[in-house]
Amino acid sequence: MPVTPRTHWLRRTLPGPWFLVALAIALPAILAIGVVAGASFSPDTEVWPHLLEFVLPRVLSNTFWLVLGVAIITTILGTGLAWLTAVCEFPGRGIFAWALLLPLAIPGYVLGFVAIGLLEYAGPVQGFLREWLGPGGWLPPIRSRAGIIVVLSLTLYPYVYLVARSAFLTQGKRVLEVAQSVGFNSVQGFFKVALPMARPWIAGGVMLVVMETLADFGTVAVFNYDTLTTAIYHAWFGLFSVKAALQLASFLVLGVFIVVALEQWLRTRARYHPGKSPPGDRIRLGVRNRWLGFACCGLVLLLAFILPFTQLLIWAWRDVVGGGLDLRFWGFAWRSVSLSLTAAGTITVAALLLNYAMRLDPHPLSHLAGRIATLGYAMPGTVLAIGIFVPLAFVNNQLQAMLDFLFAANAPQLALQTGLATMLLAYLVRFLAVAHQPVAANMLRITPAIDESVRVLGVSGWAALRRVHFPMLRTGLLTAFALAFVDLMKEMPITLMTRPFGWETLAVRVFEMTSEGQWQQAALPACAIVLVGLLPVVILTRRSEHEA
Amino acid sequence: MKTHSVFLGLVAGLSLAACTPPADSSLVVYSARSEQLIKPVFDLYEQETGIRIDFVTDKAEVLMQRLIAEGKNSPADLLITVDAGNLWHAAGQGLFQPVASSVLEANIPAHLRDTGKQWFGISVRARTIVYDPAAVSRDELVNYFDLAKPKWKGRLCLRTSKKVYNQSLVAMLIAQHGEQETEAVVRSWVDNLATDVFPDDTRLMKAILAGQCQLGVVNSYYFGRLQKAQPDLRLALFWPAASDGGVHVNVAGAGVTRFAPHREQAIAFLEWLSQPTAQAVFASVDMEFPANPAIDPDPLVAAWGAFEASPVDVVSAGELQADAVRLMDRAGYH
Repeated sequence: MPVTPRTHWLRRTLPGPWFLVALAIALPAILAIGVVAGASFSPDTEVWPHLLEFVLPRVLSNTFWLVLGVAIITTILGTGLAWLTAVCEFPGRGIFAWALLLPLAIPGYVLGFVAIGLLEYAGPVQGFLREWLGPGGWLPPIRSRAGIIVVLSLTLYPYVYLVARSAFLTQGKRVLEVAQSVGFNSVQGFFKVALPMARPWIAGGVMLVVMETLADFGTVAVFNYDTLTTAIYHAWFGLFSVKAALQLASFLVLGVFIVVALEQWLRTRARYHPGKSPPGDRIRLGVRNRWLGFACCGLVLLLAFILPFTQLLIWAWRDVVGGGLDLRFWGFAWRSVSLSLTAAGTITVAALLLNYAMRLDPHPLSHLAGRIATLGYAMPGTVLAIGIFVPLAFVNNQLQAMLDFLFAANAPQLALQTGLATMLLAYLVRFLAVAHQPVAANMLRITPAIDESVRVLGVSGWAALRRVHFPMLRTGLLTAFALAFVDLMKEMPITLMTRPFGWETLAVRVFEMTSEGQWQQAALPACAIVLVGLLPVVILTRRSEHEA
Repeated sequence: MKTHSVFLGLVAGLSLAACTPPADSSLVVYSARSEQLIKPVFDLYEQETGIRIDFVTDKAEVLMQRLIAEGKNSPADLLITVDAGNLWHAAGQGLFQPVASSVLEANIPAHLRDTGKQWFGISVRARTIVYDPAAVSRDELVNYFDLAKPKWKGRLCLRTSKKVYNQSLVAMLIAQHGEQETEAVVRSWVDNLATDVFPDDTRLMKAILAGQCQLGVVNSYYFGRLQKAQPDLRLALFWPAASDGGVHVNVAGAGVTRFAPHREQAIAFLEWLSQPTAQAVFASVDMEFPANPAIDPDPLVAAWGAFEASPVDVVSAGELQADAVRLMDRAGYH
């Protein structure tokens, strides 16, 4: 674990050309955040006292506990399961290794809706209990703080699992052997050696979880659990103050920025460059532990994927039998897939470029650009959509005015605020963080020593990228692409706001149905989202399994 | 190289996006009503007139921001949304233009349209009390205010105050009884709750069916949908009498946008929406009441019985909506 000193940036005053690349990639995010933060300079004096007295105290405490709870549970679930499937041997391990990623494809609000439907007072489980045990509420209420923490954790833990598993696989058996040679048993080896070594990766995964939790609106709405995001929409939709909404959103972004910066600062104080070690044999668990491992993985998989997906399938089947499947459905599916593929490709390329820029020009300004470029993941989707839409509509109107001046009545009509390019820009702002993390984690593997030897061999620039770096980054890029793809398939607010006429996607379909409370009719497109989203996840994990 | 191709791609995309002018024999509608509830009407119009309707759906508030940002270059001709509060707010931000039309004025009663002719209600929904007849006798029920009585403690279910329908309901109560009295009532509602508020009306009714509570307040069409799915539904609607303040009604409505590129066609479409054919379809796809009183509601809807709407017009409810939201925040109704 060599530690490299950071380039002493104070000696350099101006950033180099790679900074411009980082800046270009961060520009849409800067623009969007600028629009949102721009509202902060003139507080809405009428709404704020009300928010401060009656809304914020409650939602801030709610948000704090939710984020803390979800962060803790996803860390435990993510690292624990990753350790089990990466290092231990027990029945079903080969399947669990990839199956435990499947919940990634289930949108949080879907799991929330299914969990509430099954477990609330009027649901079948409590109905059954009442029938057999007499009247009364037999379970703690699912629509509660504990309920939403568990549900969100079950949908978000794969972000931690994915990176932690990859870290454990990379460490390989060697780490444990070293731990054992100094007299640690395997439990001590995990806590004292493997876990600390995997920390930067795990922290990156948890950071994604925290950002997604902060930005979540769908799941908290299903639970009626009011968070800061709820307050943003409350100020906007309820109190009719867009300004106050944007101000709250900029506080949220600022908070996230501070946390991200802090985490980065802690992380970069020591740089990790673990090499890849040949995989050894996995630890053979004792009989009792073997089945305990099986039960843990099985339970998580059951709750986070098998149950909700089965429920979705049942609803979808009823809908299909009832004639809910029309030919347009295939059009929606095709639109979703093609859009998500295009956007995921764009985002992955941007993540690669951004990482390169930050690596080749480690000027603090490049890093700042990188931080800002990835902040969009913590912004509530609708707020971000507005942040992108407003400046583009402004530019559009200026250009249109110019065209009208030049060509009068014959001027072509512009609509820059909607369309594919706008959608891609907005998606980039929203999901760059998701693609950035895995690429960055993989980038850590390319040690300065490797760069040095490449340089000594006289290979440089794009050749170095293609022949040396790309093969080393392949897994990271693939992960980035898959994660972005799955998230894009689920994305609603940006698609709703910037899509051209007639561009319906599966997620838009889910929105139309769920906004009318027609969950059964939403099941078919939701199923399709899950199924399509599963493909890259399965390919990804099977591949990482083979490589390891 | 890679940087260049990305930017070239973006530029190409931008110019592609720029090359999609709306055809002239078409209308553009921004709709906060879901696709499944409006497309049947649009399809019918296209069949009758050959005019294609392009539309996007989104939340009402987002569509309003969109209209503001697009300004005079907005492609939208009409904005359709539910709730008088939303319509009132859109009018207040200058997103509509007044439409003087004798057809609309003849077809849509005055209390269902804007006095400034900015927007017109096109269908009506009632928000009223639903109850389990096995647990609650009809004689016990009076009106919304009465749900604050201690006798309902532990028997009442409500939907979240974040839904605009409840905001409009409370706004109407403020118009009828003043803010102070209404706040006390809303506080007592919260005290009477049998369980946490629900995210939607359907779950609320299912909770009544399961015996978690005995009565609640829902929009009529949610009751209709559940009834359609379960014909032997053992729940009933209660209509507060006119002497007790009447039933809270709200509208789904539409207005011609301020910068509508196809103004004349937009007005023609709006007029068509108020006519019998469209009214029948528009109201029946979601089991609402037609805004045009000459049209009978769907038989299933008619079977719920006649009611008298609150004399508070939907416009004043819209005006008081933000006050209602604050009031509910203060009263701890989340």
